[in-house]
Amino acid sequence: MQDKIEYGKTVGDVFVENPRMSVRGANVYYADKQAIHDVDLDIAKNQVIAMIGPSGCGKSTFLRCLNRMNDTIDICRVSGEFKLDQDNIYSKEIDVVPLRARVGIVFQKPNPFPKSIYDNVAYGPRIHGLAKNKVELDEIVENSLQKAGLFDEVKDRLHESGTGLSGGQQQRLCIARTIAVGPEVILMDEPCSALDPIATAKIENLIDELRENFTIVIVTHSMQQAARVSQRTAYFHMGHLIEVNDTEKVFTNPEHKLTEDYITGRFG
Amino acid sequence: MIDSTAGKNTNKTLKSFNDILPVEEKTRRLNAQLKKRHRKEMRFQMYGVISLLLGFLFLVVFFNSIISKGYTAFQQTFISLDIEFVEDIVDPKGNRDAKEMLRSDYSKLIKDALKKEFPSVKKRKDRKALNKLISSGAVYKLADLVIESPELIGTTQTLWLASDDEIDLLMKGHIDRNLPESERRVKDNSITWVDELVAQDRVVKRFNHTFFNSGDSREPEQAGIMGAIKGSFYVLLVTILLSFPIGLAAAVYLEEFAPKNRITDVIEVNINNLAAVPSIVYGLLGLAVFINFFGLPRSAAVVGGLVLSLRTLPTIIIASRAAIKAVPPSIRSAALGVGASEMQTVYHHVLPAALPGILTGTIIGMAQALGETAPLLMIGMVAFIVDIPQSAMDPATALPVQIYLWADSPERAFVEKTSAAIMVLLAFLTVMNLFAVYLRKRYERRW
Ligand SMILES: Nc1ncnc2c1ncn2[C@@H]1O[C@H](COP(=O)(O)OP(=O)(O)O)[C@@H](O)[C@H]1O
Ligand SMILES: [Mg+2]
Repeated sequence: MQDKIEYGKTVGDVFVENPRMSVRGANVYYADKQAIHDVDLDIAKNQVIAMIGPSGCGKSTFLRCLNRMNDTIDICRVSGEFKLDQDNIYSKEIDVVPLRARVGIVFQKPNPFPKSIYDNVAYGPRIHGLAKNKVELDEIVENSLQKAGLFDEVKDRLHESGTGLSGGQQQRLCIARTIAVGPEVILMDEPCSALDPIATAKIENLIDELRENFTIVIVTHSMQQAARVSQRTAYFHMGHLIEVNDTEKVFTNPEHKLTEDYITGRFG
Repeated sequence: MIDSTAGKNTNKTLKSFNDILPVEEKTRRLNAQLKKRHRKEMRFQMYGVISLLLGFLFLVVFFNSIISKGYTAFQQTFISLDIEFVEDIVDPKGNRDAKEMLRSDYSKLIKDALKKEFPSVKKRKDRKALNKLISSGAVYKLADLVIESPELIGTTQTLWLASDDEIDLLMKGHIDRNLPESERRVKDNSITWVDELVAQDRVVKRFNHTFFNSGDSREPEQAGIMGAIKGSFYVLLVTILLSFPIGLAAAVYLEEFAPKNRITDVIEVNINNLAAVPSIVYGLLGLAVFINFFGLPRSAAVVGGLVLSLRTLPTIIIASRAAIKAVPPSIRSAALGVGASEMQTVYHHVLPAALPGILTGTIIGMAQALGETAPLLMIGMVAFIVDIPQSAMDPATALPVQIYLWADSPERAFVEKTSAAIMVLLAFLTVMNLFAVYLRKRYERRW
């Protein structure tokens, strides 16, 4: 048994100028078990930040804090300061509904609604009342599908079920659904782990394009993927944020011993 | 901890598998094992087929017995008579007043017609037997006819009148003519008369409208199932109006919103217990609470509906909760992830996805309620009720109770009515269950 290990302070550049989101002193508990230990992190605008680390280290947990998806887990308690622009997202004045329209999320397993492709994308704008009429809604749907690189493939069957698409298409549909409410930040939790390499490549290209308009936080278990799509990389270990640096630096010249062990495949 | 000696014994030469088990021997053993497995699988399949066949056999026997006993109830024997509407009998005052004409003695017309048909029958006792050929309900038909068209008075009409139930049985072959007369309900002279009428083509068997249009009666040939059908309809109406919304709301709340704590655990256990409480207990409860305490009318369908709502609520709640639980959590996350509130998530996604299961459970609950008898006995829906109920507040009976009542009646003619009523009940149950299957197929979703 390894008892207490001192992880110390996160190494690297935790802070950035003018961040989109900033996290200070984040602690997360599932019942009595602490899953995130005192994490500080800034998320820069129009950048892709990748979160890597061995499984069970708390990447998903941390990601879900950023749009309060953890609220739906009864035993989960979150403390610390989470800011989106200037708003503290855990403060009492913030309603989670508009928050999730500002910070969207894409899950590991594609999970389109069992509705038509159109209705999948239109659902968000509809419940938030974003489109005044059918014309506006049509435009939002088409635009979102286009940004998700799916429009050409589905334009003739917008009213067929979204569950009939291939896995990769379903995942891009889920991305379109997220984009359709015009979020500032998109969270992605291992969005390619259920997809084949070709579909994965498409999504990776898409992420690169989306960076222009959105800030993206992506959890991935594939270091190649992190290297390909992200500008910054955060390495988590046992609920601690060990190192944050430019992606290139993390993969070529990691500062922390644990990061180095992980990326050289000594454990994982 | 990793065993540091692992992998270090590679220098010690190990026996090859062939040395332990030569190839031929391995093949032999594999084949033997394979044969054994095949035999096992065959046996298993056979058990399945046998139990299926047995089940099917029972079903065939069951249906055969009911249908063979009951199909004749859908026909009724009619005898044609030349009825003379004598004014002195029908309307002695001659003022064509419907109320007074209703009270006239129409049986006299029938007696006279029979007398004319069989002039040779003289003895008082025989006359009485002769008059018994026609149903005692025929007089109502004559009265209705005359009141509707008074111009018939003074004319002679050839009319088809329902026969008495025993003549009906005779015509349907339910009475054995070869038995000694003393053991037969229909005596020799009646048989002779009927045969004479048959020879003149004055006897027919026609579709039995009465059975489907009338309420209950002491006279089998006038008894019908409409009263029971309507009673069951009102009972089920009240049941579904109460138990579906309440059950669904309870299921949604318990499954989606209720905190998980002691209280909800206790509620959960009790709902499951309620589903197992014998239904007659619900009847007693209904008697004590709805009739004695709230003073609702005895024998009314509304009380039956209230009681059966209590009975079906647990079924609906359990089925709905199972259906809601079966909705994949990924759909919930998806909806929450684009910013739907929990309420919207439930109403837009969870409920539609769970609906086939919920409806199936509800229909099965309703089918149970349709077949439920014991609690209805407790609240007086077992009374002999002739009038067809016009609302849920009227005294009524229900299909299974009607079956119970007829099965308990001494008249031989009620045997076929009983079976026919069972067929009607089964038909309704089949339709309901088919509808449940249809719903499941129609709205089934693949994720
Ligand atoms: N819903 C939950 N309930 C209880 N414990 C959880 C839950 N989700 C995650 N955990 C625990 O929190 C830790 C971090 O999990 P997670 O964030 O899923 O890790 P990762 O995504 O890095 O693999 C794990 O130890 C896991 O067991
Ligand atoms: Mg994860």
